[in-house]
Amino acid sequence: MNPYIANTDEQVHEMLKTIGVSSLDDLFVDIKEEHRPKSFNLPAGKSEQEVVQYIHGLAAKNKKELIIFVGGGYYDHYVPAAVDALISRGEFYTAYTPYQPECAQGTLQALYEFQSAICTLTEMEVANASLYDGGTALYEAMLMAIRITGRKKIIMDGGVSPIYRTILKTYTSNLEIEFQETPVVHGQSDRQQIFKILDEDTAAVILQNPNFFGAIDDHSDVIQKAHQLGTLVVESVYPISLGLLKTPGEMEADIVTGEGQSLGLSLNFGGPYLGFMATRKDFIRKMPGRIVGQTVDRHGRRCFVNTLQAREQHIRREKATSNICTNVSLCAVQALVFMTLLGKQGLKELAQLNLNKTEFARQTLEKIKGVQVKRSSPTFNEFTLYLSKNANDVVEAMMKKGFAAGFPLGRYYPGMENYLLVAVTEKRTREEIIEYAKSLEEVLWN
Amino acid sequence: MEIIEHYLYTKEHEWVNIEDNIATMGITDYAQSALGDITYIEFPDLNSEVEQFEQFVSVESIKAASDIYAPLSGRVIAVNENLESDPEIINKSCYHKGWIAKIEISDPEEKSNLLTPEEYRKFLESMEDKET
Repeated sequence: MNPYIANTDEQVHEMLKTIGVSSLDDLFVDIKEEHRPKSFNLPAGKSEQEVVQYIHGLAAKNKKELIIFVGGGYYDHYVPAAVDALISRGEFYTAYTPYQPECAQGTLQALYEFQSAICTLTEMEVANASLYDGGTALYEAMLMAIRITGRKKIIMDGGVSPIYRTILKTYTSNLEIEFQETPVVHGQSDRQQIFKILDEDTAAVILQNPNFFGAIDDHSDVIQKAHQLGTLVVESVYPISLGLLKTPGEMEADIVTGEGQSLGLSLNFGGPYLGFMATRKDFIRKMPGRIVGQTVDRHGRRCFVNTLQAREQHIRREKATSNICTNVSLCAVQALVFMTLLGKQGLKELAQLNLNKTEFARQTLEKIKGVQVKRSSPTFNEFTLYLSKNANDVVEAMMKKGFAAGFPLGRYYPGMENYLLVAVTEKRTREEIIEYAKSLEEVLWN
Repeated sequence: MEIIEHYLYTKEHEWVNIEDNIATMGITDYAQSALGDITYIEFPDLNSEVEQFEQFVSVESIKAASDIYAPLSGRVIAVNENLESDPEIINKSCYHKGWIAKIEISDPEEKSNLLTPEEYRKFLESMEDKET
């Protein structure tokens, strides 16, 4: 008997007999012989023990003990033990899409609270129950702006993550959307250029704060100008930074999205992550994704339901706001637990800690000969270094010294081959930062 | 199903009441009953130009979201703002208080593309035949 298939030969035979066929091959008679694969080219099966050994061998190839100074949209924050403990409860861990509110109140309440937490953090009026990740959330926000305005032109700030910009262009490569990119000048969005091309055909200006280079900006002036022309502003934000920074709600942004990985999710090799989206109440019917609402049952008791579902594809079909009819519930609950554990004051302190450690790192690193810290803009927990050597080579050499040293900007920005993007979270100790500086100096000068 | 005798109709279950060059339109009793409790109306912009049988409104109910088509070409001169806070008026009074929009019509000849009450009644009956 195969260890991975629970049915015995006898049971298989019995099942085939019940449906009136004599062999498994008979189930495929409708597929012509020539269309069937000649071989699956699969190696022989392995025992459980062999599989475990093989997988452990693969895992051991990863460098797991590197001290992480890489950010670029995904950050090495501390995840309190309570986060995993709580989301591992079966009620959350195995919950199915809450189509039946009468037997999904726990899931629905948690998602409702997640939405409320996102609204509080961004100072926006409404949020959905989450999208797949920060990049796809930004893409959905762009389409939403196009739906609301009926316009097709998009102005995209060069400070928006190049990973997100690639996602946006890939998703829309067969749609008639006119993209115009504006450069980053001294770390800030180029107002002059944006205002020059901003017009009554512009659906949205897409911005990011802090931007990909780590620089902080107050986009209120861009937003105000955009609104005068009926253009919306989509702002992608880093949630941890909102503990300190001016919120997109305060800047009067129209649609806010972001990557929620930093809110209690581990760096899972790229996912599953967590996209969030918030907007003004006026635009709620144009917002994609699931929304959980609070209501009362027939006895007048507080309860929760999926609401405004006529926007979604299981009801609106081809005219739905999006093909996204689901969300990443478990990741959203994870973020909710994280935000709840820290609370308002905790998030503020966490942001401050990131800022302080980053400032210490900047001051330590700029003392090294061959390192220039870019200081044209204020930053949050990430900043740009100009090195006397190629950043890719430096990263490779730093790896040997036990550091994931940063994100080489030349990968996305031609001409920036000597620039390295460095992130410092609350997890980095003073000793680690000093050790990093020492190693960097050695790499540059030996 | 109630049908008003001096209104005209479309196969998409819209009604239209033409007075001079102003066409008041809404959805029929059949449509409101098929949709169920109506939760939201998405209106066109005021003064926008619409073509006959072009989608210009959408109606959401607890069961479905449906496109509503302009029965005649022209300019949208009014929408029923009462429906914004209380869209269920359509379920209660689809032919009167539940009107959706008023169109200043640009081509009276287009009336010939619409169904008379008698034709609409027959159309509903033929639909029932198909269903059974």
